[in-house]
Amino acid sequence: MSARLHIPLRQRLLRNPRVVLGAFICALLVLVSLLAPWIAPLDPQDQDLIASFEPPALMNTAQPAIEGEATHWLGTDNLGRDVLSRLVYGARIALWVALASAVLSCAIGSTLGALAGYFGGKCDALISRMVDVWMSFPPVLLAVVLVSVIGTGLWSVIAAIVIVDWTRFCRVVRAETQAQKALDYVTSARMLGLSPWRIIWTEIRPNVVPLLITLFTLEMGVAIVVEAILSFVGLSLASGEATWGGMIGEGRLYVNQAPWLMVLPMLCMMLAVLGLNALGDGLRRELDPVVQR
Amino acid sequence: MSPQLLFKRLLLALPTLFGVGLVVFILMRVVPGDPIAMMIPPGASPQDIATLRAHYGLDHSIAVQFGIWVKEVLHGNFGTSITFRQDVLDLIGERLPATLELGIVAMLLACVLGGIVGVLSSAWHGGALAGLLDGGAALVQSIPDFLWGLVFILVFGVLLPWLPVSGRLDPALSQDAGTGFILLSNVARGRWDIVGSLLSHMVAPALALGLPVSAMLARVLKASMQEALGSDYVMLARLKGLSGTRVLLREALPNAITPTLSLSAVQFAFLLGGTVLIERLFSYPGIGSLAITAVIGRDLPLIQAVVLTFAVLFISINLAVDTLVVALNPRLRGSKA
Repeated sequence: MSARLHIPLRQRLLRNPRVVLGAFICALLVLVSLLAPWIAPLDPQDQDLIASFEPPALMNTAQPAIEGEATHWLGTDNLGRDVLSRLVYGARIALWVALASAVLSCAIGSTLGALAGYFGGKCDALISRMVDVWMSFPPVLLAVVLVSVIGTGLWSVIAAIVIVDWTRFCRVVRAETQAQKALDYVTSARMLGLSPWRIIWTEIRPNVVPLLITLFTLEMGVAIVVEAILSFVGLSLASGEATWGGMIGEGRLYVNQAPWLMVLPMLCMMLAVLGLNALGDGLRRELDPVVQR
Repeated sequence: MSPQLLFKRLLLALPTLFGVGLVVFILMRVVPGDPIAMMIPPGASPQDIATLRAHYGLDHSIAVQFGIWVKEVLHGNFGTSITFRQDVLDLIGERLPATLELGIVAMLLACVLGGIVGVLSSAWHGGALAGLLDGGAALVQSIPDFLWGLVFILVFGVLLPWLPVSGRLDPALSQDAGTGFILLSNVARGRWDIVGSLLSHMVAPALALGLPVSAMLARVLKASMQEALGSDYVMLARLKGLSGTRVLLREALPNAITPTLSLSAVQFAFLLGGTVLIERLFSYPGIGSLAITAVIGRDLPLIQAVVLTFAVLFISINLAVDTLVVALNPRLRGSKA
């Protein structure tokens, strides 16, 4: 245990296969999202009803591509839209939903968690009761109720995920702040007369951040899936918008006729979720000294 | 858990349930959509609409409406569903057993699968097979129930259409409407054809719900098994010459199982929460799919009741398992935990 801690963090991270694999997949996701207009061969919204349900190019051995027409590498959907282009633009939305929801739920959840953990008493009781209430909802149901209330659209989906998932951060940060508060360094900071805010921000925060990084990556994966779930229930973005969840929901209607319409976005989503989970899992092992064996 | 502590926890559950009811009430009351607008026939006069509003109590202020709702609920009256035009409690009574049966089958599946993988992986620790099991568990756990559900729809619905991926029971088989626990009552009656049909409908949704949970249980079980296997009493058992299997199953497992058990409570509640989506995915007639129908139909009395049902389930599962863990682990008895 102590031997490993002497190795610089960067080297340890680079040696951890989970971190490397996860970081690679995440980098791929970011790259595809940023370069979407250059990678996508066609406009994701462009319909071509004559070329609907075209199978992916590799499967398409029976009929030769029509002269002068763009090759649909991953086939086309029911409206003849290019699946590859939709997947690429879908990555953009997935990443955006994941980042925005993780940042916001992390900010809200850890603020409340730090307050509850540091101040205790009535403040803790109030926030903990709120968390109790939240934990008594099935999360999916709460998200569906929320989106049906605030309406569909990108920001509603993000808001719903944040309102459902802030408790994940809140519980962890509360427990960790409570534990840190009992340690000597916090006591001495208080004796020095530092304000509670300053102690939370400059003294305790650095010790909670490793945990938060892990939770953050996991939350990104959760957010991607929740967006898909909401799309699936028919409550996410406008149906023309290219989201992985929306594509899965539409593809399911044609699953016997054109299974690739459902399989391809599912694979993208699984890859993204696996990457984020591997990264989170690996970071947890490397950043949290307690887990290290 | 001492009776006093149990009572205190039960008492704490009340404000939580109240809070759950209040949150849903406020949320659904700020919805722009009007439930009455959805049920009136075209050409209804404003007076008809007003009568209907008064019938469902929608003509009062939100605070008064909530007060009326709490009072009625305390009297055991959850109101009438707006979409189904049926007593809400009856509806839940019909659907809840289906969800419970699915949830329990899925949880049993998860425990058996997770237990086997956890024990095997600790027995073979250090070997290639254990590595494979561990990697598999990490992979399986990363993929949430929704994606597993889609995978099984693809596998059993399209690639290998051996199993039904929709509904609860073959419509050709008659069912006894006496109780909602169709599986249980038909096992008791020995109607194995119906039991078979029920179980075959459950395989795909139960796998989707249970797989991620089983992987998580396997990983936690393995971690505590490793710890137990390194302890002095296991060393002593080995020195006494007990067989490896016996050491593993009779010495290490009973001590290692407590964390897995308490985790399984949280996971069971989590799994039941997953039925909301999985039931919808597999058109399984439980309260999960009922919940989504209710939300889409803005059926406030039904949403309230379904959410409360889930909350009661979650709270009682956690309480039950906390009690069980204390009962099973003598070291926790008498402590404040």
